[in-house]
Amino acid sequence: MGTITEEILGRASGKKACAGEFVIARVDYAMSHDGTSVLAVKAFKDMQVDKVWDPGRIIIPFDHLVPANNETTALLQKELREWASSQKISHLYDVGEGICHQVMAENGFALPGKVLVGADSHSCTYGAFGAFGTGVGATDMAEVYASGKLWFKVPETIKVTVGGRTSKGVTPKDVALRIIKGIKTDGAAYKALEFYGPAIEEMSMAGRMTLCNMAIEMGAKAGIVPPDAKTETYLKGIAAEPYEPVHANDAHYCDEYHFDSGMSPQVACPIDVDNVHDVEEVEGTHVDQVLIGSCTNGRYEDLEAAARVLKGKKVKCRTLIIPASRRVMLEAVNSGVAAALLSAGATLCNAGCGPCLGGHMGVLAQGEACMSTTNRNFKGRMGKGADVYLGSPLTAAATALEGKIADPRRYL
Amino acid sequence: MRLKGKAWKYGDNVDTDVIIPGKYLRTSDFKTFGEHAMEGLDPSFKPAAGDIIVAGKNFGCGSSREQAPLALKYAGISCVVARSFARIFFRNAINVGLPIVETDVYDAVQKGDVVEVDLDEGKVIAGGREFGSTRLPGFLQDILSAGGLVAYRRSKR
Repeated sequence: MGTITEEILGRASGKKACAGEFVIARVDYAMSHDGTSVLAVKAFKDMQVDKVWDPGRIIIPFDHLVPANNETTALLQKELREWASSQKISHLYDVGEGICHQVMAENGFALPGKVLVGADSHSCTYGAFGAFGTGVGATDMAEVYASGKLWFKVPETIKVTVGGRTSKGVTPKDVALRIIKGIKTDGAAYKALEFYGPAIEEMSMAGRMTLCNMAIEMGAKAGIVPPDAKTETYLKGIAAEPYEPVHANDAHYCDEYHFDSGMSPQVACPIDVDNVHDVEEVEGTHVDQVLIGSCTNGRYEDLEAAARVLKGKKVKCRTLIIPASRRVMLEAVNSGVAAALLSAGATLCNAGCGPCLGGHMGVLAQGEACMSTTNRNFKGRMGKGADVYLGSPLTAAATALEGKIADPRRYL
Repeated sequence: MRLKGKAWKYGDNVDTDVIIPGKYLRTSDFKTFGEHAMEGLDPSFKPAAGDIIVAGKNFGCGSSREQAPLALKYAGISCVVARSFARIFFRNAINVGLPIVETDVYDAVQKGDVVEVDLDEGKVIAGGREFGSTRLPGFLQDILSAGGLVAYRRSKR
């Protein structure tokens, strides 16, 4: 008996895992991307271990600075390819394949009941599939490369229930921002979140990924949606291996929150993700750039939502569309969504993280502002002295049409 | 391990983007991280070796970048004392051998005050007062004493 996290960590450690205890858990899949692998590989080499524990369970997607923006990055990426090859790691997803978390989902590595660690804080995204997914740093990742195991303090779990049905113009991103407003940026620190209720059941897998992706913005170790028929349907034919779903069983929760999905579109204003307002309160705020993409909101559903708003119209500010993966991009091309976005004046970039972390491809100048579908609006994240507002793809698309923050419901 | 240094004081939610901005991550030269530590928040940050950061809650929130504790360590910081830490930063700090203590000395310390930390006892002395903290479990203390997880692992071979 226990929460989903306790059940999964118990199975992975071979003993009963209650909140507060330390366990050493077997890791099913380990992910590190071009950004974090550099230090992880260095730490692995410094550990003086010859071979990784299981090359088939290590996944290396290139997404943070793709294609390479300068010679230094290019060299680091070249070295990473060579190291992966020398270790016989075949799951290397090179430039253009997509953002790590999307690649993990599309290729069936994020599976119910599994333990996944990623050298990226948004690895909590895998909770959308009923997995225990959590972010770690480079040296922890090196330890996993070496041994396939990692220590965890079993977290307490907060139960979040979202009632009602979302209305027109309100998306899983809005629900996620509303939850963060309630729980606050450190409200789930060291804890796990489990999501329940009609609004969660109604969400597509893409929507659940958006929600679980943002669990870390409340400090959470994991954010998990119990697997159901939708999970099964998504995974049919793509699961990388057999899996056994795990559900909470007579669990104890340290706290419970209830939200209602009857709400306005939500916008997180600088410089904290919990600085969340109804769109009506911030409507009219000038922006210089709109970004639709990222591991939070770069999936086909997100691009299609933006196209619904932009089709047949023209954007009034720089508008970047960055699909989460090659598959997402192909689907958008084949369905006409990409054409609608391009015709509206948007710029379609290659799959990757883009300017979300201020790396390249759309970084902002001092004094500029961006309405973005990404996950962080921290001081200077997308450029020193620049402001980031977070919202849904619908809100971002409406904002693109006006060059200022706009309520998407007027365009639906 | 006992540490003593002058305090640099910051508030709540100091995130890893301000500790080391994303544009400086693409190198494996740790000194570079140290040169740009805290650049996003405090351009005047120039610690002497051994100085200590005192902060509010949720220190190190945001990205999983291990460059954040590395930047502080290579800038000369000997310890971070905060009301609370974001969990990935907490693990990363231990793994790279940057001592961290979770206790509330915030109101007792002004910038530039001398702060003393006794890691073995889990004690912090600041503003003439003594503050207790939750001691790390033994195996984490061992990793910290070894100078980080890589050194700890090598010592076990």
